[in-house]
Amino acid sequence: MKRLVVVGNGMAGMACLEQILKHQPRYQVTVFGDETHVNYNRIMLSSVLAGEKAADDIVINPVEWYQRQSIDLRVGVRIVDVDAEAKTVTGADGSVTPYDTLLLATGSSAFMPPIEGLHTDGVLAFRTLDDTREMLRRARPGLKAVVIGGGLLGLEAARGLQVQGCHVTVVHLASTLMERQLDPDGGQYLVGKIQDMGMQVLLGRTTTAILGDGHVEGVALSDDTCLDAELVVVAAGIRPNVELGLKAGLDVTRGIVVNDYMETSDPDIFAVGECVEHRGVCYGLVAPLFEQGKVLAATMTGNRGPTYTGTVPAAKLKIMGVDVFSAGDWSEQHAEPVRFEDRALGIYKKLTVRDGKLAGVILVGDTSDSHRYMDWLRTDADISGQRRHLLFPPPSADGGLDVASMADTATVCGCVGGSKGTIIAAIHEQGVNTMSQLKECTRASTSCGSCTALCQDLLRAVAPEFEDERKKVICACLPYAEDRLREILRSQRLKSVQEVLEIYGNGLGCEVCKPALSYMLDMLWCGDHDEDRSARYINDRVHANIQKDGSFSVIPRIRGGVTSPDELRRIADVADKYHVPMVKITGSQRIDLLGIKKADLPKVWADLGMPSGQAYTKGVRMVKTCVGTEFCRFGTQDSTAAGVEMERRFEQLFTPHKVKMATVGCPRNCAEATVKDIGLIGIEGGWQVVVGGAAGKSVRKADLLVTVETTEQALEASEVFFQYYREQANYLERTYDFVERLGIEKVRKETVYAPEAVQQGLIERLRKSKAKATDAWLEGREPRTAAQFEPLHAMETVTI
Amino acid sequence: MSETRWVRAACTEHVPLREGREVLIGPLSLALFNLGHQYLAVDNQCPHKGGPLADGIVTGTSVVCPLHSWRISLETGDVDRPASGRGLCVRAYPTRVEDGVVSVEVPVALLARPAERAEGAAAELQESHACTASKASKEEAA
Repeated sequence: MKRLVVVGNGMAGMACLEQILKHQPRYQVTVFGDETHVNYNRIMLSSVLAGEKAADDIVINPVEWYQRQSIDLRVGVRIVDVDAEAKTVTGADGSVTPYDTLLLATGSSAFMPPIEGLHTDGVLAFRTLDDTREMLRRARPGLKAVVIGGGLLGLEAARGLQVQGCHVTVVHLASTLMERQLDPDGGQYLVGKIQDMGMQVLLGRTTTAILGDGHVEGVALSDDTCLDAELVVVAAGIRPNVELGLKAGLDVTRGIVVNDYMETSDPDIFAVGECVEHRGVCYGLVAPLFEQGKVLAATMTGNRGPTYTGTVPAAKLKIMGVDVFSAGDWSEQHAEPVRFEDRALGIYKKLTVRDGKLAGVILVGDTSDSHRYMDWLRTDADISGQRRHLLFPPPSADGGLDVASMADTATVCGCVGGSKGTIIAAIHEQGVNTMSQLKECTRASTSCGSCTALCQDLLRAVAPEFEDERKKVICACLPYAEDRLREILRSQRLKSVQEVLEIYGNGLGCEVCKPALSYMLDMLWCGDHDEDRSARYINDRVHANIQKDGSFSVIPRIRGGVTSPDELRRIADVADKYHVPMVKITGSQRIDLLGIKKADLPKVWADLGMPSGQAYTKGVRMVKTCVGTEFCRFGTQDSTAAGVEMERRFEQLFTPHKVKMATVGCPRNCAEATVKDIGLIGIEGGWQVVVGGAAGKSVRKADLLVTVETTEQALEASEVFFQYYREQANYLERTYDFVERLGIEKVRKETVYAPEAVQQGLIERLRKSKAKATDAWLEGREPRTAAQFEPLHAMETVTI
Repeated sequence: MSETRWVRAACTEHVPLREGREVLIGPLSLALFNLGHQYLAVDNQCPHKGGPLADGIVTGTSVVCPLHSWRISLETGDVDRPASGRGLCVRAYPTRVEDGVVSVEVPVALLARPAERAEGAAAELQESHACTASKASKEEAA
């Protein structure tokens, strides 16, 4: 069996190895990786930094994969020498490993420009998972961070640090950002967007020195100014790792030179990925790695034939709210530029056309057409007949037209390399009907996710039983999707359930649509609707939770779980007086009185003298708290006071489904904030606001929404998310399904990173609803409907 | 046919539109509903697990039990959902409205305390209480 040694455990090496094993699983494979991790998706590191993904989420091949393939995986071993005569590689640990075939997939390293003081503590590169973890460890609210380099990677690093609460300044040598991908005009649009997000951008300046004694304190710039900095991230580009190629005596210029068959100058040594140079080009993007890997796998396994002819360079910035796409050659030399720009909308588009074909494209602010342009570029399509529709496609007759007009060979997923044809084949052959099934069997849309919408369209057009759950109608009485229905209710100014049912439904309604409509009307009109109790579930008619025997459970509000001896005495007295069969501490730091008769409810409430805890409704439940700085020796924030205040701001409101919250004073997380609908996690100098957690029927770790410095900011971020959930979620959709469905990026973009006016609108509507809301238990004194609590007695005696 | 009696049960305004209320008539607990154009009455215990039907949400001329969402016709008393519950039923009581008062026609035997009911009366009640579905099949067989 031939011995194959792979140096480099990154995306290129492993993608190529996967292909090789498909052709010929007869190699005895050894893989060396100088990082101590299994193979992970490097392009998602910015998502890890932004808190959107955990390190585990970006693993491509887990340890079990290596074991299954009988691969000898040697992580943490750096190969320092190659002897092409003796056919051995030597590790930094002194080990010598012989090979029959050697594959170099050494990738590239962060380029560290010659700056004085670069080795000061607090200066990091942004290249590996360890770099990312170190940045996360150091980042905290209010930390002053400087990112050197305003390219793709630098901006993604800057954004990630900002999400972690840092004050970020980007220092960039060129006069606009991302100048390798954008022309000066496009770059200016991007500068505006980055500044709008609250980051400082300094252009046309280089960093001359890192200041600080032992630990970084600032950076000195070429214009003789200085910036305070506690953390410096260098993202000034990458350099191919070619040392082993040189040691092996291969042809090396900027990268290890390969031909169209991906062969180097040595027949037993191959190279793939960012360390190679093909037709004079070194790539630093992910799509070329996959294409090269496929060709190389064929060459190496005796199927020499397919050639690699280069990849159209394409780049997409992965910062939510900042849509940037660039591909091909967009220089205007010997080309006809076609432009559109709208400063108010922040949209800039430029195409370059050469000889009737698309040569390059730049999109800022709206990248929805990027797939169309990529297709034209990849297929070298003649677009002379479409000149009138270059920037705006002709209106399509139906929604599926865009997908329909794509060629079968057109690439849908640029990362994993799925074409329209292969995806359609998978849908047909494997009975795929949902997005997750599609991901499972084709891996399309699993890498950067930018083709998700396109995959959805394909599924919709092709899968026989595709059902987009977002479009599900509530029930047969009212055949509308909820988003459409909300729009109807708003525009038609409808305020009562029965009115809606009579105009848009079957006039009757049922136990499914009536409570849903009740919720929507209350939310849409901020409590100023026609409340109809007949459309509410019994719990919302008598403000208690019905039990299996028709009795009710009563849970008073105990904000933040903080009570008093006096309250406890009253609760005990009530339990005695009404012979309550069970008194129970709930999982939400409250007290439940179970087995109370409906007719006794008003008296029980009066005797308790406490407000309703809303434990019976789709509404705000409670805020669970830990004792925080007031008593705990580890506390960093006053989580108890924050929790009580949070409960005050949200209580008495209705929500699509129940909402449970928690505040904790430190990351020990004693009140389990990471599995709540909204959680505040106290950290040194600030709060993390997390959303979409669950620990019930589903278990889900909450996503980081934003990191802020003050308690007021944390509460406001919670309010913005809370109202957004109220307005956008489907009825009975918990936050964990809601956040999962939309994706945390979209949620962030439309809440805490939405324009100020949008956030203000959310808060104002929340406040308006809150002003109208009252303690439901007041109805014990002033019943809302006739005989709301007591049974009726016959008007005559009937005893025989 | 067993002897029945019309009982003045409740003032119309005590039962809100499209809601139900429990009405106690001697030993009986009935669920009385206001459907706007008519008032309908059935036993207040769901045939499934005894849930209080008066607390259910009305859909057309049926009510949905608040405990496990069984749907019961207020006109016939028959279970029309779930399929496994078909054949079970509650008693539906004829009603009439006069001068703002809803009256319900109740078999006299039901007004006796259970312990005082005669053997024969119980059997007769059983017969008159049979679900319309099984009544229909009996008639067919006859």
